[in-house]
Amino acid sequence: MAEGAVPRFWREIPQRYNLIGNKCNECEKVFFPPRESCPECRRKSMGKMKDFKLSGEGEVLTYTIIYEASEKFEGQAPYPLAIIQLKEGPKITAQIVDCDIEDVKIGMKLKSTFRKIQDDGYVGAIYYGYKFKKRN
Amino acid sequence: MVNIGIVSYGAYIPRFRIKSSDIAKAWGKDPKTITGGLGIIEKSVPSLDQDVATISVESARSALSRCSINPQDIGAIYVGSESHPYAVKPTGTIVAEAVCATPNLTVADYEFACKAGTAAIQTCMALVKSDMIKYGVAIGADTAQAAPGDALEYAASAGGAAFIIGKENVIATINQTCSFTTDTPDFWRREGRKYPAHGGRFTGAPAYFRHITSNAKNLMELTGTKPEDYTFAIFHQPNGKFPVRVAKMLGFTPEQVKQGLLCPVIGNTYSGATMLGLASVLDVAKPSDRVFLTSYGSGAGSDAFDITITDTINQLEKKKAPLVSELIDDKEYVDYATYAKYRDLLYWE
Amino acid sequence: MRDVAVIGVGITKFGELWDKSFRQLIAEAGSQAIIDSGISGKEIDALYVGSMSAGRFVGQEHVGALVADASGFSQMHIPSIRVESACASGGLAVRQGYFSVASGMNDIVVIGGIEKMTDVVGTEASNILATGLDQEWEAFFGATFPGIYAMIATRHMHDFGTTREQLAQVAVKNHANGALNPYAQFKREMKLESILNAPMVASPLGMLDCSPVSDGAATLILCAAEKAKKYTDKPVKIIGSGQASDTLPLHGRNDICTFESTTYAARMAYKQANIEPSKIDVAEVHDCFTIAEILAIEDLGFVKKGDGGKAIDNKITTLDGKIPINPSGGLKAKGHPVGATGVAQIAEIVLQLRGEADKRQVKDAKIGLTHNVGASGASCVVNILEAM
Repeated sequence: MAEGAVPRFWREIPQRYNLIGNKCNECEKVFFPPRESCPECRRKSMGKMKDFKLSGEGEVLTYTIIYEASEKFEGQAPYPLAIIQLKEGPKITAQIVDCDIEDVKIGMKLKSTFRKIQDDGYVGAIYYGYKFKKRN
Repeated sequence: MVNIGIVSYGAYIPRFRIKSSDIAKAWGKDPKTITGGLGIIEKSVPSLDQDVATISVESARSALSRCSINPQDIGAIYVGSESHPYAVKPTGTIVAEAVCATPNLTVADYEFACKAGTAAIQTCMALVKSDMIKYGVAIGADTAQAAPGDALEYAASAGGAAFIIGKENVIATINQTCSFTTDTPDFWRREGRKYPAHGGRFTGAPAYFRHITSNAKNLMELTGTKPEDYTFAIFHQPNGKFPVRVAKMLGFTPEQVKQGLLCPVIGNTYSGATMLGLASVLDVAKPSDRVFLTSYGSGAGSDAFDITITDTINQLEKKKAPLVSELIDDKEYVDYATYAKYRDLLYWE
Repeated sequence: MRDVAVIGVGITKFGELWDKSFRQLIAEAGSQAIIDSGISGKEIDALYVGSMSAGRFVGQEHVGALVADASGFSQMHIPSIRVESACASGGLAVRQGYFSVASGMNDIVVIGGIEKMTDVVGTEASNILATGLDQEWEAFFGATFPGIYAMIATRHMHDFGTTREQLAQVAVKNHANGALNPYAQFKREMKLESILNAPMVASPLGMLDCSPVSDGAATLILCAAEKAKKYTDKPVKIIGSGQASDTLPLHGRNDICTFESTTYAARMAYKQANIEPSKIDVAEVHDCFTIAEILAIEDLGFVKKGDGGKAIDNKITTLDGKIPINPSGGLKAKGHPVGATGVAQIAEIVLQLRGEADKRQVKDAKIGLTHNVGASGASCVVNILEAM
């Protein structure tokens, strides 16, 4: 990621903090991150995409334990990373926290939580966003 | 008269713990003397991806999930902490955005050592009372710093709680509040420094004990109450011993103090300490229970509150968010090396 | 559209080439191909160069001009075009050059592929490779390039019973082939135990399930087929070419275990070549990770979806198997200088179809296929070649 460029993070705050996706009012399909138009309805969906807040509930579709991380994440390694099937339809990639790495399984139920994702060193901005944790 | 008070609340404690005995061992101290002397068995430790902003957001979201208020009706958010992630750039803005309360509200960060959270409650009360806002969110949270090897290292921990203050559907009425403030340099952190410094035993009698006892007596005088009128009493808890001793000095029993005394199992969460104590009390309190709360912040000051639980507490959907006891029980221990990594105590180039 | 043939190939050694710069590498591969083809520099109509991230790896953009200059064509002022599609940049450069000759605009073009990856330190090479992922919605949240492929592996194991050993066997096979390739970065065999016991990178993938960081360049000379015999006795014709795209992040796909960019690109190439997958005698596929080869042989139609792991057990992909895969050693053993890979794959197939692959020669190879994937499958190029 390019460092120090705050607008790039700032404009995604609704998505990263609150999982704001959008919905095609033609076919009801939900997207995250939001799309300019629906890839299914295309022209018909233009002007009919409405903001839609996802619940943050979902389950593990697949996962890995990252042992060799990029420098922004290496203090946290080993950490689980998963593709999560959200209940409203979209899938997203995120870290799983507050759980033993041995416990991560396909199908595990999750909910979103608010964490620090990365920062631009000791001097730069701090970027927050979603991670996921176990849901009973 | 309009009842101003707590509409909802939420708490958050990071999952990691380190035992006092493990810290003692790292520094060649006798674990038994340390644990016994401070009355702290273990303390919470934030992971690398947690700070005051994330703890505040988790607590505020928990508070909102338990009631049905519209986040857009929140007119103010104040976050009290002495470990804000930014020196300049308010934590409260991050919280406001994360609970969907932006943009029509006022936000500010507070710092008053361990009492910045209760100061936030007082501000919200005033704004609600004057009809400047409908709801205010007062948060006290810290990921407290302690220099490696310092006595503070056994106590300085992480956690926080958020209270929604309003005058509709109040679960606990705040009958009265008062403060006691002097210039007493018992503990401080200079601008730009990573760790705080303190006056050792000077933090006791002239600081903690004088301010709390004076303010507590003032409050009881104002309200015309006596210690036995209260079901629960919460005092600031820099260690496991001070709050018990100050309670005794004022005439409260250990039974009254017990539910709000968390320091022995989570450490001193600084701005979060009395706030989490109050959250723990609200977890179990019943209508008409009366709660006495006195915070203390070094430097120094104390805020005291006289609170009465209302019938509305039975309607609060407490199960929508974790109880303090559940947060305490959900834990994973780390050793000192991991703690050092998480708390950024290691230096390399 | 007219037929196009490869009339010359050039390839540098792949590896950690500390003493060679970006421009030295491309010039070395380029002159080899020109010598191999017998053309003269003056006959070249255009250059196409595949490079994923010269800007990040060596701090140099404007790669088209640089390559023309480094190759000694600055005074001829010929057009030079840089092509980028992450790790499929090389394969795509070939396809773009192929179009230009097939269209009749050009008669002879030089295709280059290059990456100089060892002029960065620490985790920078991994960070640069991860720019092929979705930076905002994957990498930002802690995804690494191996991590994305590892998630495919986890799901493949879950859905089809693919085993950790089967993944490792892909590396064992490709190292056995690489041991026979003088240009390979790792000219040595690897034991199954070594692969299995290597440190974890992203479970279930260990360090030896991953292709290495490499320097290297490869080049081809493409020529209108009707003129090819003028230069060589053994031209190799491009009989099919396909390219397809997919969602940038893996999580956007319908099926985590299928690269639809591969299935669509392959369908396009097979249709143009008018052949079935069973007609392919040899293939160079994109094994940036061991799981990627298993996925590739399924998505290219060599085996049924889910049978990729078993194919390894049944040895159908070895040099003497039913469908020999990656005789060069693949990305895994030959090395993976990303921009060079797609071009080097074709160079290998050309050598195989000419019968010049020496110890790693696949017997009676007439039709060969190359499969070049961009990052985690958001793009893919498939080319099919046949000896003329």
